[in-house]
Amino acid sequence: MNAVRKRRLIVVSLIVLAVGIAAALTVFALQQNMTYLYSPSEVDAGHAPMHARFRLGGVVKEGSIHRVSGTLTTDFTVTDRFHDMRVQYTGILPDLFREGQSVITTGRMQNGQFDASEVLAKHDETYMPKEVADAIAKAKAERRIPANAQGGGAQ
Amino acid sequence: MIPELGQLALIIALLLSALQCVLPIVGAWRDNRPLMATARTLAVGQFVFVAIAFGILTCAFLVQDFSVAYVAQNSNLQLPWWYRFPAVWGAHEGSLLLWVFILDVWTLAVAALGGKLPERFHARVLGVLGFIAFGFLLFSLTTSNPFARLIPAPADGADLNPVLQDPGLIMHPPVLYMGYVGFSVAFAFAIAALLGGELQSAWVRWSRPWTNVAWGFLSAGIVAGSWWAYSELGWGGWWFWDPVENASFMPWLVGAALIHAQAVTDKRGGLRAWTLLLAIFAFSLSLLGTFLVRSGVLTSVHSFAADPKRGVFILGFLAVVVGGSLLLYAVRAPKVAGGKPFALASRETLILIGNLMLTVAAATVLLGTLYPLVGEALDIGRISVGAPYFGFLFMLLMTPLVLALPFAPLSRWGKADLALWKRAAMRIVGLSILAGIVGWVLGARGFLPLLGVTAATYVLSGTAIYAIKRWKEAPRGKRYPLEMFGMLCAHVGVGVFIAGAILTRSLSIEQDVALSPGQTAHVGAYDFKFNGVAETQGPNWLAQQGTVEVSKNGETIVTLHPQKRTYPRGQVQTEASIHPGVFRDLYVSLGDPLGNGNWALRVYDKPFVRWIWAGGLLMMLGGFCAATDKRFRLRRTAAQQLETEIPTTRIEVAEQNA
Repeated sequence: MNAVRKRRLIVVSLIVLAVGIAAALTVFALQQNMTYLYSPSEVDAGHAPMHARFRLGGVVKEGSIHRVSGTLTTDFTVTDRFHDMRVQYTGILPDLFREGQSVITTGRMQNGQFDASEVLAKHDETYMPKEVADAIAKAKAERRIPANAQGGGAQ
Repeated sequence: MIPELGQLALIIALLLSALQCVLPIVGAWRDNRPLMATARTLAVGQFVFVAIAFGILTCAFLVQDFSVAYVAQNSNLQLPWWYRFPAVWGAHEGSLLLWVFILDVWTLAVAALGGKLPERFHARVLGVLGFIAFGFLLFSLTTSNPFARLIPAPADGADLNPVLQDPGLIMHPPVLYMGYVGFSVAFAFAIAALLGGELQSAWVRWSRPWTNVAWGFLSAGIVAGSWWAYSELGWGGWWFWDPVENASFMPWLVGAALIHAQAVTDKRGGLRAWTLLLAIFAFSLSLLGTFLVRSGVLTSVHSFAADPKRGVFILGFLAVVVGGSLLLYAVRAPKVAGGKPFALASRETLILIGNLMLTVAAATVLLGTLYPLVGEALDIGRISVGAPYFGFLFMLLMTPLVLALPFAPLSRWGKADLALWKRAAMRIVGLSILAGIVGWVLGARGFLPLLGVTAATYVLSGTAIYAIKRWKEAPRGKRYPLEMFGMLCAHVGVGVFIAGAILTRSLSIEQDVALSPGQTAHVGAYDFKFNGVAETQGPNWLAQQGTVEVSKNGETIVTLHPQKRTYPRGQVQTEASIHPGVFRDLYVSLGDPLGNGNWALRVYDKPFVRWIWAGGLLMMLGGFCAATDKRFRLRRTAAQQLETEIPTTRIEVAEQNA
């Protein structure tokens, strides 16, 4: 009986140890790979990190897409209709990327503009990612601008 | 008129499922045989009416009855007829109906094949399945009726999302759902056992093939989804740790653990409480997956516009099912627990290590998937958890599992032969090192490629050593029972998958290039010559089609035609063009036009990418093969005997130890 208990104790403590290590590594991995999403207004207000990676969400401003000819580099403006942020991206843009479409870009700030390493647009063209909708709603609430002013960013 | 009949059929099915849930369980409780006997009739009736509803919806798509709102939203006159079938489950309402229909297929199978189970147990199993069907039928009718009318009917419908217009989609959802929903059978067995307060090993044995088949289907569904993402999304990746992918992967991980735990319970009577818990978890994660995909709470490449009411309903149902079953488990599990002691060095221990790693992996995936929701709920901010989190932890957790894997079959139940382990370990490690050297010579330079080669060889050689041992020691004709063959097949699949996943990751060359007609891009050992873009037409799309000539050392290998399709409503869809091969895929997809006939192109050289899916398919085959073993078939006489039999069977134990 004693031997059985001893063995059980060993097994249980090994399991606890393993779970502990797993938990520690999980927390570490989470911290390393978490990115926050900000709207251009929040970036403008200085909430976004200056050097770390983050995600910028919003709508691609109408008439803002500009290609550097002969290269894969594209400039465009992401807006939440209150503030704009210039974004630069080198690579192939997703099929659903177009003016007036909501996007989430991942990257970091560089010389006052956002240097994106990834641009995501969604499968469903009528769909605005909840996060982007929230960010725009939040920007709107902070500015206390009447609802009919939304969409006024189009030129 | 006909769509209303479909709706009526759904309502009748709902009533039947309510009865199927209540009557047999009350019957089993009161020991009332006539009540218990209703279970099968009700299950058949429910199946018939759901099948009628499903058939009517399919018909509505085939004849293009745009007065049905769901049809009008998800198809149009130009949609080719072969895509009208997948259009049935191309959006929320229809895919939910498919979910219920597949649940009914499983229920029907349990009703038909389970007649030899003890009557009360069988009645309870069908009652639990009836409850699940009731929940989903109620969900369908109250929040997402596929037969809702759109009056006046539009002249033409919208369109099936072009991303979904791919042969892969015809198979992907039904197969995936077969897996998801199939875990409901193992779940129903667990709940029935807990309700009855006893668990006989024979019942676990009888539930094993169901778990194996469900897991096999889930493997196939995940493979199909991965293949579809690779070929259709135009990114060339095969796994993105996207919330929706994770939703199908978590039940798969727990299902793999469940298959092994069930084997221990069946053969040794051990780990009973754990097996029951895993059965509950596997199905709960399937439900959670449905919730994540269908509620739109998570931002994902797969998320579609969603109605919050639906999320609330599934969340409520999830709470009832998971909460209720865990409560039942807490109350009853001590009664059914038990088993034989085993030594530290034994097959049970190794299986337990594997189980632990698989469930912890599922838990970390769950954490990473739900973390953004937690962040939002606690108002920490809008967080997303990047793919490296999942990749890092998954690799880490799978390492002990892979290390233990070849030794589990080589060990005895109860107490392993350490000398045998030692000999096998030396051979396996020797062969792995040898493979590493060969890989180095063939060009696998660097840590990751060598890791891929050695880890795959480790698993494959270990599995081969066991197969050879069986061949030498077991009598002819009894060498590889189907159950064991299935195990070997799935373990080989693990090895093949490891090789594919790690080698693709480390040896792939991916380049985005800007090319003008006549220009050539050098990618790895290959030259991709861009010959311009021309217009071409399909049944319901116009496309810009590029021509890319791929050559190696001046010798033309293949001419690829990637497309950029435009569908009637202006949606754009990239179609990658792939030259498949056993050892490498050459992959080209069109990016954007850059003006003056110049185009952005995505050019990939993907070695061993097909091994990933081959590994998944071998695992699927393993699940299916193991399920067909004749020792899982329940004989009437055996079933009666088992009422009193002790929870182990000596013959198999002896055989497995041989």
